[in-house]
Amino acid sequence: MAIQVQGVSKQFGSFQAVADINLEIGADSLVALLGPSGCGKSTLLRLIAGLESPDTGSIWLSGQDATRQRLQERNIGFVFQHYALFKHLSVRENIAFGMAVRKFPKAQAQRRVDELLELVQLTGLGNRYPAQLSGGQRQRVALARALAVEPSVLLLDEPFGALDAKVRKDLRGWLRRLHNEVHVTTFFVTHDPEEAMEIADTIVVMNKGRVEQVGSPIEIYDQPASSFVMGFLGQVNAVPHTSPLFPSATDAVEVFVRPHDLQVVAAPTPNSAPARVERLLHMGWHVQAELALESGQTLTALISREQFNALGLAPAQQVHVLLSNPRSFNAESARRVQIPA
Amino acid sequence: MVSTTTAPSAPQAPPTLRRATTEPPWVQFLLIGTALAFCVLFLIVPLIAVFSEALAKGVELYFAAFQDPDALAAVGLTLLTAAISVPLNLVFGVAAAWCIAKFDFAGKNFLLTLVDLPFSVSPVIAGVIFVLMFGSQGWFGPWLSDNDIKIIFAVPGIVLATTFVTFPFIARELIPLMQEQGTEQEETALVLGASGWQTFMRITLPNVRWALLYGVILCNARAMGEFGAVSVVSGHIRGLTNTMPLHVEILYNEYNFVAAFAVSSLLAVLALITLLLKSFIEWRIEQQHQE
Repeated sequence: MAIQVQGVSKQFGSFQAVADINLEIGADSLVALLGPSGCGKSTLLRLIAGLESPDTGSIWLSGQDATRQRLQERNIGFVFQHYALFKHLSVRENIAFGMAVRKFPKAQAQRRVDELLELVQLTGLGNRYPAQLSGGQRQRVALARALAVEPSVLLLDEPFGALDAKVRKDLRGWLRRLHNEVHVTTFFVTHDPEEAMEIADTIVVMNKGRVEQVGSPIEIYDQPASSFVMGFLGQVNAVPHTSPLFPSATDAVEVFVRPHDLQVVAAPTPNSAPARVERLLHMGWHVQAELALESGQTLTALISREQFNALGLAPAQQVHVLLSNPRSFNAESARRVQIPA
Repeated sequence: MVSTTTAPSAPQAPPTLRRATTEPPWVQFLLIGTALAFCVLFLIVPLIAVFSEALAKGVELYFAAFQDPDALAAVGLTLLTAAISVPLNLVFGVAAAWCIAKFDFAGKNFLLTLVDLPFSVSPVIAGVIFVLMFGSQGWFGPWLSDNDIKIIFAVPGIVLATTFVTFPFIARELIPLMQEQGTEQEETALVLGASGWQTFMRITLPNVRWALLYGVILCNARAMGEFGAVSVVSGHIRGLTNTMPLHVEILYNEYNFVAAFAVSSLLAVLALITLLLKSFIEWRIEQQHQE
């Protein structure tokens, strides 16, 4: 195990930033830590790096207890959202910083800088200063600087958060390929589910200082462990208890369904409910339909253009809806429960 | 849908087109004129007066004023005082700013208030505090006289008073800049394996170097020009405990105007050099900010 977090809690004043976190991250994996802002994900990353010390619990790095280890000795690469490049040093000097303070031989350090510049595709820009680089280039310098000391773990705190959409998209794919090349355990924080699913092998979802679920992108999306995970990873509809859509529902459970799992049909079928088309939004390849059940509750359905054309949908039209892949959760604990429809 | 619009006809400039943010000429004239008149009356005229009075009886008498051993002693003492106070405050100021800007601890605001104390206390009171502590009637007076140590009415008192009065200059210059820069660069350096000292010398200090120089120059200017606090602790012993500002006062009270203005002109030249350096550094800081 590259990173083991055992029963770690951290409080700032009266605010519980992280509460009793247990987590294991395997060597060479690429893991995303996903959650809304203020959920404690950055604090957890800083705890692992040693930039904060936990109130309780222990942190193990590469099988060694690092809880009381000084952060200089943890051999970690850390990348901040806003790069934190040393403004008064050139790109080369930035990348060489970790080697310089560790008294690496000069020639060896220079060779390593050349390798890294090539790896992050900045060959030829070594003598520039951070102010002369674009945001994407700066973030790549920050990555090269973190990789220079051959860290056992690479921690990235919202690495693409300050970049514009196009550059962010490019860098995501690049990070994925980089990881395949350098094989260093990488743990990155993001608030963007799409980013997490695009880059990571494993996603850790956090909420209110606690881990909600750990799993592959598919597992997290298809088998959400709690209503929070389901809601955070995409749009959801709450299904009313009184409708014929999910007859076995009770007050003790909440049933959710994703808009693309809501089927719209012309004729009634078992377990379908009548609904009225309220509004239609054309979003390119698909159509978002706002439907009202007889009880007055609205549901959002996403249907393809072909289906839309086949049904000949128009506002105020009467249709029938039925659920596929509904997920039910305990109304009190918000945890997933298995109930047959 | 984008509604079609008719092609705009050739723009007809209205005859009296005026930018909305521009004041009428007479208002501009009045405001700029007032500011200029103020500058001339309170800054430029006095500066000219100092030099014209100093040279009123000829260049020879002007330079004769510096031949006086008492004047030379005053210049020497002023330089010595600045040479001790400024490095002391450099260390204190950087330490205080580093502590306040980069760390979180209980009582931080209280420390900040303490740093500002010399600014809020009248220099005369600062001088009196030292007399009450180290004077012959003061708290430590008997012990000091038993051990034959002189602080008040001697050079150590002057250095102490000057150091106290000029303490906030460097810290005050650094704190806002260090706070704005945050701690991410330092944290990065630590994670990369740098020790606390390496981080301070290689990252924190280079990042504030121009602001630090700026603070040193302001501190130096005040150390050389301080009058009130030094006046209380000095005792005005000619040739021994007179700094330049005190020497000017004595000469002036003796109606020796040429010599008084001559020594003043030296202080004025120091002030002008300070201003020149200050604007150069401000220009550098501006450039650094644009990077």
